[in-house]
Amino acid sequence: MALSFARSTTGRQAPKRFTISRVLLWLALIVTTIISLFPMYWLFVTAFTPTQDTIKTPPDLFPQGSVANFERLFSQAKDYWSWFANSVLITIGITVFHLIFDTLAGYAFAKKRFPGRNFLFWIILSTLMIPPQVTLVPLYIVVQNFNLRDSLWAVILPGWANVFGIFLMRQYIQTLPTELEEAGRIDGCSEPGIFWRIILPLSKPALASLAIFTFVRFWNDFLWPSMVLIKSPSFTLPVGVASLQTEFSTDYGLIFAGSAIAALPMIIFFLCFQRYFLEGVRAGAIKG
Amino acid sequence: MADVDITKASNPARPGVNPIQDFIRKYGWSYVFVLPSMLAFTVFTLIPVIWAFIISFQDFRPRGGGGWVGFQNYTDAFTTQNGVFVEALKNTAFYALVTVTANIFIGLFLASLIQPLSARFQTFFRAAYYLPAVTSAVIIAVTWRWLFNTQWGFLNFLLSLVGAEPVRWLSDPDIALQSVILSTVFTIPAAGVVLFSAAMGSVPKDFYEAAELEGAGPIRKWWSITLPLIKSTTLYVVVLYTIASFEVFEKVYIMVPSGVGNSTQTIVTQIYQSVFQQFRYGVASAQAIVLFVIIATIAVVQFRFLKTDVEY
Repeated sequence: MALSFARSTTGRQAPKRFTISRVLLWLALIVTTIISLFPMYWLFVTAFTPTQDTIKTPPDLFPQGSVANFERLFSQAKDYWSWFANSVLITIGITVFHLIFDTLAGYAFAKKRFPGRNFLFWIILSTLMIPPQVTLVPLYIVVQNFNLRDSLWAVILPGWANVFGIFLMRQYIQTLPTELEEAGRIDGCSEPGIFWRIILPLSKPALASLAIFTFVRFWNDFLWPSMVLIKSPSFTLPVGVASLQTEFSTDYGLIFAGSAIAALPMIIFFLCFQRYFLEGVRAGAIKG
Repeated sequence: MADVDITKASNPARPGVNPIQDFIRKYGWSYVFVLPSMLAFTVFTLIPVIWAFIISFQDFRPRGGGGWVGFQNYTDAFTTQNGVFVEALKNTAFYALVTVTANIFIGLFLASLIQPLSARFQTFFRAAYYLPAVTSAVIIAVTWRWLFNTQWGFLNFLLSLVGAEPVRWLSDPDIALQSVILSTVFTIPAAGVVLFSAAMGSVPKDFYEAAELEGAGPIRKWWSITLPLIKSTTLYVVVLYTIASFEVFEKVYIMVPSGVGNSTQTIVTQIYQSVFQQFRYGVASAQAIVLFVIIATIAVVQFRFLKTDVEY
């Protein structure tokens, strides 16, 4: 396979011959693609197979198209749509904050000079390496003391503190030409007006990456929500799916029906905005 | 940075104006713009981080307590509960070592494989590798737990096809950690593939052409041109995956809820237990600080070793 390495840039001019190395190359790519997608496939197969048929040997390799699991999910896990709504509210609450205020802060750090700018930026930068687990105990104490358990705010507010977006927006806005702002200023545009009319529209590509990064990150978040959302109606989808596993331990059909619905929005989202996802990875935004 | 001081240019300081008003006119909006983010950051990250350091030296309990105890929490973290935290450190280090190494090699390998393909196929494979990464770690873990199921799991079905005995993937303490690692290795390191392939795509073509004139074969070109020139990306990906692997939680927590003895305890599952089951807030904070020190140390070492001065 190594024979096809680094042909990168000359790929097109290389004659497309049916060689052993080409066969091996495609074989490796197809096998890894199957390995990559198989767990996702199996999730949906199990979701659409009646539970009694999920526990047999050999297993059915293709789904039966039965929706019995979904019907049971909605009748037995009564809070499921409440989890879904909580996930939507929390994720939107965090994402909207970041889209507006990370862009504002990123703009100030990128284009403006003010006393304390470097100091503030340095402080943010120096906390980037600190794992989020360090803040768990203090935040948990605060949540206990303010009786915020089972409140969506207990998840939303700490989500606002993520500073990654400030970096992303600063990096991007730095590349925008300063002449445009100056032109706006000469035309008598106020500072908020310059931000709203000039910076924000020009930042759309970075905003798309930021929105996607934030949305995926918090839609899938588990550790912190599982600590502060204790009662079932206030769960988010990941917390809820984890609880399905303990509550319906061997009802695999039901567990995967719940998992399938939780996974689907992100999968659709990804298929629609794939370009921005991959750009976000390149900008250093998304772990995966 | 080449940014011009616009504020000053458009609002030249007029003499005779109140200096406070002057300051506000010059810088006011800048502070307004950074205020909301800075406020959220200070309240929910900066203060909690400082507070966590303080708690790690205190006898902090949900009710009562609160005196200074020096390094007691740190020694407690390592010595109490039959030293399970030490066990967790070893497990996490082993998990990180194997998965980071595998992720880097698989990422480099697949990025190299898709490099010669047309743009359309490159996009297709990147997307196929990336798709599982947009799904919650909880759902991925639930799915792998099902694939690993001893009686009905797909992996044991595959083994039965070749006549092998079923394996107790997640319930056998001797192999549970390896099973979790296997599931991570089998999850294609999508971000790695995307980052490596972007870096490889930006290596100037004439480097390869020059090497071809010198008679270098594909492997030689890959080793002597591609690898050295994407070194800074490699460093970034190594650090990224190292941090993520040391913070592993959902995978083990969901796949092996019981922990089968201590064989799948990790640093973060220990922190979680210290807070939730033992209510030892000081110890939990001490463990989190230990995690931070480990990650910071490893990142510094990795930067030292993989630092590159090759620019192109």
